[in-house]
Amino acid sequence: MAEEKEVVIKIENLVKEFGGRRVLDGINLEIYKGESFVIMGGSGCGKSTILRHIIGGLRPDSGKVYLFGEDISTAGDDKMDGFKKRFGMLFQSSALFDSLTVEENISLPLREHTKLDEHIIKIMVKMKLELVGLHGFGHLYPSQLSGGMKKRVGLARAIALDPEIIFYDEPSAGLDPVVTAVIDKLIVDLSEKLSITSVIVTHDMNSVFRIADRIAMLHKGKVLEIGTKEEIQNSKNEYVKQFITGSPDGPIGFFKPDENYLQELTK
Amino acid sequence: MNIFETIGRSTLRTGAAIWDVMALFFKTLYWLFFAPFKGKFIGRRYIFEQMVFAGLQSVLIVFFVTFFIGIVLAMQGAYQLDKLGAVRFVASLISVSITREIGPVLIALVVAGRVGAAIAAELGTMKVTEQIEALDTMALNPIRFLVVPRFLALLLMLPALTVIGDVVGMFGGFVVGVFNLKISPNLYISTNFQFLVMKDVMTGLFKSFVFAMIIAMIACYHGLNTSGGAEGVGRSTTLSVVSSFILIILADAILTGIFYFSSV
Ligand SMILES: Nc1ncnc2c1ncn2[C@@H]1O[C@H](COP(=O)(O)OP(=O)(O)O)[C@@H](O)[C@H]1O
Ligand SMILES: [Mg+2]
Repeated sequence: MAEEKEVVIKIENLVKEFGGRRVLDGINLEIYKGESFVIMGGSGCGKSTILRHIIGGLRPDSGKVYLFGEDISTAGDDKMDGFKKRFGMLFQSSALFDSLTVEENISLPLREHTKLDEHIIKIMVKMKLELVGLHGFGHLYPSQLSGGMKKRVGLARAIALDPEIIFYDEPSAGLDPVVTAVIDKLIVDLSEKLSITSVIVTHDMNSVFRIADRIAMLHKGKVLEIGTKEEIQNSKNEYVKQFITGSPDGPIGFFKPDENYLQELTK
Repeated sequence: MNIFETIGRSTLRTGAAIWDVMALFFKTLYWLFFAPFKGKFIGRRYIFEQMVFAGLQSVLIVFFVTFFIGIVLAMQGAYQLDKLGAVRFVASLISVSITREIGPVLIALVVAGRVGAAIAAELGTMKVTEQIEALDTMALNPIRFLVVPRFLALLLMLPALTVIGDVVGMFGGFVVGVFNLKISPNLYISTNFQFLVMKDVMTGLFKSFVFAMIIAMIACYHGLNTSGGAEGVGRSTTLSVVSSFILIILADAILTGIFYFSSV
């Protein structure tokens, strides 16, 4: 492709340690406007931690994160609030507010950040609910919904302010294959219809190939490979191949080398 | 680990916690007093909800506790004053000790157990289910939306509950005085107010203001710093109640000392 791509998120040499354990070890990423970018990798490899750095919830130990072309570590609270209104996030556990109804959950950002009339807010909430196929569920409380419905309400809330970027943290975690496919289709629809940039964190390979334009494979705090969907599918990297096929044998080992094990046993 | 290391570590940890609570307190004051000038107001609806929960729904238990404490104080007071031949003054004893001391402290403890625990559990649950993070990513500051309404509600409702409790406690004493000690109602009431001065009431209310801040800050601090799932929520709730009990008693001792020595 010859056309110049606009970078909306850029991560440079991001390093993060928790209690001396290095979780992110020099991450470099560029995410372009309008694309669907998937970060995949095993559980606990630091995928959510990367997202938390982009949305400003965590500060890097070293390295830089640029959002909309600006270094977020030097952005003040007011500037960061401005960014936050320009992206939405779907949390792994949906993170709906228990004490509010579905409708109130979705209208909260509208009510607090816009000066819209109450009846316009009502209409907008209905439109968002329609978009995720939950028309008529506005009066229910989160505890009355199934996991898949919660995810969809979470998505409706994430798009309440018509964001430019949506972050998805494991959108298919804990859902059955059909609901997963529904959510994946929603993600694709949103990015195509509204030309939203999507950043999706997942370890579900079916989802990855349904959603992704480009993919980054994460392992032990490092980016192993970045490429288009096709490039990743045809990757020569043994780690990537093992992850895609979901094989128990390969370089991504769960077993300790024999000598260490023996030493530990006899210690 | 030797004993010095243990002591050193827990001192450091306590110091860090005190620092964090103070930071939370100043941020709360910022959102309460300064942010409104920047056009960032606190939703009246959230404050109202919290006032109903912290205040209105605590009235019954406050009635119950203070009424019986009034009765107990009257019986205990009569037993001791009888030896001095001064049973008549049981009313003054009760009214002054309830308004200055027992009312504010006891009601603060009840509210710490009921409201403080609920706040810690609610915010703790919100923390472990990513709801706090969700608020933050929607550019809705958790302190502004969660802490300030609870803080303000307690600050207004605890003194109000204390006034109610004081009156009910005195009524408990009145019941014993009139029906058991056979003091005439008129005499009892006049003795009740004979030594009670405005300063006693103000002292008690000032204490309950301070206790309200302690309860709100400690509960919100423990709630917002919860980690470790459902077990963590339980731990935060317990810690919140235990530490606010200790701090309420400690603050009471300090305040009583200040009031006592500044009046001699
Ligand atoms: N706030 C934190 N404090 C300590 N350790 C953390 C924290 N957040 C994440 N971790 C650790 O960092 C690692 C990566 O976590 P995470 O990014 O959530 O992984 P995942 O790829 O499954 O989303 C995990 O081992 C986790 O235990
Ligand atoms: Mg995760």
